[in-house]
Amino acid sequence: MSERVGFFTDTSVCIGCKACEVACKEWNDVPDDGFVFRATSYDNTGGLGASTWRHVAFIEDFTERGDRWLMSSDVCKHCTHAACLDVCPTGALFRTEFDTIVVQADICNGCGYCVPACPYGVIDRREDDGRAWKCTLCYDRLRDGLEPACAKACPTDSIQFGPLEELRERAAERLATLHEAGVAEARLYGERPDDGVGGDGAFFLLLDEPEVYGLPPDPVVTTRDLPSMWLWAGAAAVSMAAACFGAFARGPRR
Amino acid sequence: MSRERAMVPDAEFRSYYGQPIIKDPLWHEPHMPVYLYLGGLSGASSLLAAGCELTGRDRLAAPAKIAAAVAGSAGAAFLVAELGRPERFLNMLRVFKPTSPMSVGSWILAAQSGLAAVAAGSAVTGLLPAVGRAAGLATGVTGPMMATYTAVLVSDTAVPSWHAGHRELAFLFAGSALASAGAVAMVAAPHREAGPARRMAVIGAAVETVASEVLERRLGILSEPYREGSAGRLMRAARVLTVTGGALAAVSGLTRWRTPSVLSAAALTAGSLCARFGVLRAGRASAADPKYTVVPQRERVAARERNRAGG
Repeated sequence: MSERVGFFTDTSVCIGCKACEVACKEWNDVPDDGFVFRATSYDNTGGLGASTWRHVAFIEDFTERGDRWLMSSDVCKHCTHAACLDVCPTGALFRTEFDTIVVQADICNGCGYCVPACPYGVIDRREDDGRAWKCTLCYDRLRDGLEPACAKACPTDSIQFGPLEELRERAAERLATLHEAGVAEARLYGERPDDGVGGDGAFFLLLDEPEVYGLPPDPVVTTRDLPSMWLWAGAAAVSMAAACFGAFARGPRR
Repeated sequence: MSRERAMVPDAEFRSYYGQPIIKDPLWHEPHMPVYLYLGGLSGASSLLAAGCELTGRDRLAAPAKIAAAVAGSAGAAFLVAELGRPERFLNMLRVFKPTSPMSVGSWILAAQSGLAAVAAGSAVTGLLPAVGRAAGLATGVTGPMMATYTAVLVSDTAVPSWHAGHRELAFLFAGSALASAGAVAMVAAPHREAGPARRMAVIGAAVETVASEVLERRLGILSEPYREGSAGRLMRAARVLTVTGGALAAVSGLTRWRTPSVLSAAALTAGSLCARFGVLRAGRASAADPKYTVVPQRERVAARERNRAGG
């Protein structure tokens, strides 16, 4: 097993160039995701999906404190406790030697269960193709010792790739620097190993609350409650048998 | 209604252009809700058939066995049709994953529909009676699993109103399964033999009604999607149909006419279907509005911070 790697996306230096989106598409041969004018600032891909593995969010924020234009490149979080991986019934989703989560396209039968399981709304099914797709953290490049295409193309190093431990240290330093400089609203997102998904392999430095960027404020891996769900289903199944017993209990016939 | 609104103001939350945070469940209508209905019908019919087997009621057992087999196979067909790559449906059986309710469910469905087909085949043809009996009794175990695993299937997602409703959904699906199986057997079996089916239908209707009441009240903001819009209309229709069907089933045994039984069966079947469609739509509505993802998570964060500050 290699060292766990991931992304640290520092949105405070993102300039919204979308080089990451383009590099990802080029390298991974991702088909077009529609040509839509959404009237949401410079965002015309909307969110992550089967054919959008990097998505740059644009938030035009006009308040009394002053005007801001927030930009942030979103990506699959490669969770420590990954719901998509847990619920996949075919084993198409797997955890790689780099501790990243990848879909095997030759196994996926397009059941779509991973899609509503993801607490971040990342993975989706390509309807013309029938299978689920998402960021692979450039698994092929990693195996050749290269960094993922998006990180390689990022001109401001907003997207940083590396061993996760090292990235966490770098992020803590960057956060301290920003706080010293008076950027009180800077915060890390997904870096804590004790959060509801056990920490993200791809985490962020944000300048506002996560939901402003379309991220869930407190995501939890759905399978955390699976034992309780099976317990309740088991209780319901036993109740069915008891009900059936009751239905037969009265009299020998009729 | 307006007073309720005034007392509970709309929760404030922020979002990215009002876009959903999680993805819409891909499951389609009518495939998914009809599969949920058929799975329940198959499972509870098997239970009824096993009860008949043990108490020697062949004339009620036969239609129950046939219903279990037909519903099981038809359900499997709907499930395969839902896949993005239907020709790869057998990939479901290449692993057994306890963390995936769909993997566990695929094995339950395979066992249930296979055993039910053997039991029904033997009952219809008279061949291999011992094998048929053994298979029929085995479906008495796989049947209830078949009828309730689907609650885990939908709950084990990030869809807020499904995830939070996992307790209630298990009993809603169990009750709905009993009611629909009772309904089918009640009209398919000779009127005088249908007593257990009628009682099963009455108990099922009661359980379904109570569970959906609880589902629509106890989840706080996450109950809203079960009450509003087309999901709310379907859930209300399900309630009326199920209560009516249950009441008719209760009195149908007192008369020699078949009409109350037939009306009861129709109402219970429609009620069960409405409930399944309603649950699917409520889940979709809770996924589509970022409010249902953000507000409960914000409350969780706030509660944690209060705890930390207090303790």
